[in-house]
Amino acid sequence: MSATEVANKTTAVSVQNVRKFYQRDSMQIKVLDGLNLEVPQGEFLALMGPSGSGKTTLLNLIAGIDRATSGRVVVAGTELGSLSEGQLAKWRSRNVGFIFQFYNLIPVLNALENVELPLLLSPLSKRERRERAMTALRIVGLADRSKHYPGQLSGGQEQRVAIARAVVTDPTVLVADEPTGDLDHQSAEEILDLMQTFNQEFGKTIVMVTHDPRAAARAHVQRHLDKGVLTN
Amino acid sequence: MALPLSYNVRNLRARWKVTLLAIFGIALVVAAFVTILSMARGFNIALSSTGSDNNAIVTQRGSMSELTSWIDIGNANLIAVDPRVARGADGKPLASCEVVVITTRPRKGTNIPTNITFRGVTPTAFNVRNNIKVVEGRTFTPGLFEVIVGKRIADRVSGVDIGSTINIQRKNWKVVGLFAAEDSSFESEIWGDYDAMAPAIGRNGGCESLTVRLTNPTVLASFDKDIRGNPQVQVQADSEKKYYENLAGSVATALIMLASFVAIVMGIGAVFGAMNTMYAIVSQRTREIGTLRALGFSRFSILFSFVMESVLLAIIGGVLGCLIALPMNGYTAATGTNAFSELAFAFKVTPGLLIIGLSFAVLMGFVGGLLPAFRAARMPITRALREA
Ligand SMILES: Nc1ncnc2c1ncn2[C@@H]1O[C@H](COP(=O)(O)OP(=O)(O)OP(=O)(O)O)[C@@H](O)[C@H]1O
Ligand SMILES: [Mg+2]
Repeated sequence: MSATEVANKTTAVSVQNVRKFYQRDSMQIKVLDGLNLEVPQGEFLALMGPSGSGKTTLLNLIAGIDRATSGRVVVAGTELGSLSEGQLAKWRSRNVGFIFQFYNLIPVLNALENVELPLLLSPLSKRERRERAMTALRIVGLADRSKHYPGQLSGGQEQRVAIARAVVTDPTVLVADEPTGDLDHQSAEEILDLMQTFNQEFGKTIVMVTHDPRAAARAHVQRHLDKGVLTN
Repeated sequence: MALPLSYNVRNLRARWKVTLLAIFGIALVVAAFVTILSMARGFNIALSSTGSDNNAIVTQRGSMSELTSWIDIGNANLIAVDPRVARGADGKPLASCEVVVITTRPRKGTNIPTNITFRGVTPTAFNVRNNIKVVEGRTFTPGLFEVIVGKRIADRVSGVDIGSTINIQRKNWKVVGLFAAEDSSFESEIWGDYDAMAPAIGRNGGCESLTVRLTNPTVLASFDKDIRGNPQVQVQADSEKKYYENLAGSVATALIMLASFVAIVMGIGAVFGAMNTMYAIVSQRTREIGTLRALGFSRFSILFSFVMESVLLAIIGGVLGCLIALPMNGYTAATGTNAFSELAFAFKVTPGLLIIGLSFAVLMGFVGGLLPAFRAARMPITRALREA
């Protein structure tokens, strides 16, 4: 076990006394100021709070696409602060699945190719990649749309493809920033159903930022962030 | 693993309007670049193949060209028997006494007059210069008012076809043949018989230049020194090759400078064009880049991918540019020389030049893509993801 794998295996995410400051002109903006958060393996956590409270900032730190000003962020047993840029990228490709508000599919790739994309960073053969991508598409119910391009899909379908892309590498943690923020009620329900499925049946730890109380109600735990501090 | 090339191909196709514009831009630059180089190449061939290292051209001391030179026949004969002058199979010195006059003829198509060198030679000339070949008709008959015409002149000047009559110095000369001279500038001349021509142009009893075949090129220096040292003859000897290079020297330099200047200016323009296109392409895809990086693609693979996309675009433009330039191969153009007569030469689009053109395109694509790609790869992921 390497030195960076420090946390208890049953803790998926551990945020310890984390500060995140931004420097704007001469002003220092304290977005997160000594924040602590533990997310056990297999938990579905909803992160709520007013706009500008630092939800996305916290999620980005957990996902390893941003670095804390101070404090420790340990995810899937790895302390992210100790990783170099390249190591962090490799770590993300194995441990994190991203679900974005606006899906962020690659427009020139079809559904299957979009799902296959993160597998290009794995040692799998082309056939294995195709098979796994197809399986993921099947699980989200879009096997018959594998050759469709994002522009030919509805918003709800696009988000389902994005979820397939997020889970295809079998990551430890799924991070979702307002995954239903751009969807109608019906599609939002489908997406939340899927996320619940991945949490319950595949044991995925999920950290989801949302403004929608109905979405938050699907989670095990709801935490509220206000001015960079967790209030419950 | 890097992003697959098909991703770039599809992105180029998806933005086909921008792509086509950039491709045409690069194609035009490459076409112009290759064309200018092929012109310079053709010009160089015309110059460097004129004259032989083995030959020396003897002219009056201080003259810049044979037009302003005069060597008395007695002196010419004296020089010809120098031991450093080679001898032919018949034992006679390989020395060609020649007279030249400039005549003007209308150009085909435009009717604008152009200067042509009309040269009177003895039969020895064909032994001294062994690259002259009559390719159509026959050679002139000694003593008659007959001429043979260089094949480049035949292409470009009207009224010099076989069978036609040219009026030069109030005499009518009949065209009896066409000759080639391995692309050299002799192909831009008209040749006739010395004995018919010298009296016709009033230059009896001497030569304007005496071209001699040396026993070997290394004796030129001593040959020149000795004949210069002889106060009776008042002549100088130059390497025939050097002589023709000097004649067209300033024109060649100007042409090559022009080619370099145009290529550099256009190249810079094209690089900025490619860069601008790539900046537009990259900034449209900022969020996509953020997504790819979040998924775990490295900075380098993003950089590589965008540079590849730019290079790919440039290669297509380069190939198109080469195809545009290809028909220029063999096109004949002409320029004046310091001797005031026309030097015609053919554009030479060689495989080597096409490779240079393609490499130039790749370079443009690489340089044009590098900066925007660098910017894209350097941006923090969180900022890239926030972009629309
Ligand atoms: N790169 C940055 N530079 C400066 N300030 C930033 C930067 N990123 C975020 N901020 C600031 O940090 C604060 C928290 O931003 P964050 O995006 O985390 O909020 P949020 O809770 O996700 O809000 P929303 O619900 O609107 O998405 C905001 O005041 C924001 O302006
Ligand atoms: Mg946010």
